[in-house]
Amino acid sequence: MVIGLQHYLILSAILFSIGLYGVLAKRNAVIILMCIELMLNAVNITLVAFSRYVVPAMLTGQVFAIFVIVVAAAEAAVGLAIILAIYRGFEDIDVSKIDLLKW
Amino acid sequence: MGMVVSFWILAAVGIIAALGVVLLRNVFRAALSLILCFLIVAGLYVTLSADFLAAVQILVYVGAISVLIILAIMMTREVAQGSPNSRFQIPAFIVAILFLEVLVLTLINTPWPVSSMPPTAPTTAALANSLFGEGGYLLSVEIAAVLLLSAILGAVVLAREK
Repeated sequence: MVIGLQHYLILSAILFSIGLYGVLAKRNAVIILMCIELMLNAVNITLVAFSRYVVPAMLTGQVFAIFVIVVAAAEAAVGLAIILAIYRGFEDIDVSKIDLLKW
Repeated sequence: MGMVVSFWILAAVGIIAALGVVLLRNVFRAALSLILCFLIVAGLYVTLSADFLAAVQILVYVGAISVLIILAIMMTREVAQGSPNSRFQIPAFIVAILFLEVLVLTLINTPWPVSSMPPTAPTTAALANSLFGEGGYLLSVEIAAVLLLSAILGAVVLAREK
């Protein structure tokens, strides 16, 4: 059995769905951020798989994956700083208890 | 043959590690499981003959982002409380399963224009050419640099003690 494009796409779809479930079902803000990183990784697998199997000579997908990694690094830094700032104010990072803006 | 075996091992371990991120009670163990998942993704890049990206994945994700996440877990003392589920657990599960089903059906039924050419290897020089070369993504590289600088400044300002 030859490993093709669809194997990688289905694997990344599974990883993305696990991350989606975690983002929707968890209350700990750090876990939610970790699940977002998982989803970004799944998207990167998709980009690299398309680059490898559809346009093997151009590497466009790998360039986009590098930019996704850059944005993910920035997002992780700012997101964790926001979580630390919230924790300093609330002594808690349970996202269901942080509801100051809820009327 | 080795390619097939390595793909299936990587896929199985990666899915188990990703499930560990959402199912493990202990936040610290979930973070370690996430790091294992990052390593597995780097291995998948190697099987896709993306050698430079595999190195970047290990440097940025396994080296930097996982340290940030573990630092945030240590600073917030949430390890004892664990990772409780919200009251949307069952709807979230249904949404994730439906989304996965739609994605898989679409992926299987789409005729992808797969090329039969061998992949470029090694990719580092080719990637540098397409990033910095003529008609490349130089403007995006500059914007990424500005984005990283502003993200660093924003993180410092947000996390600073008042």
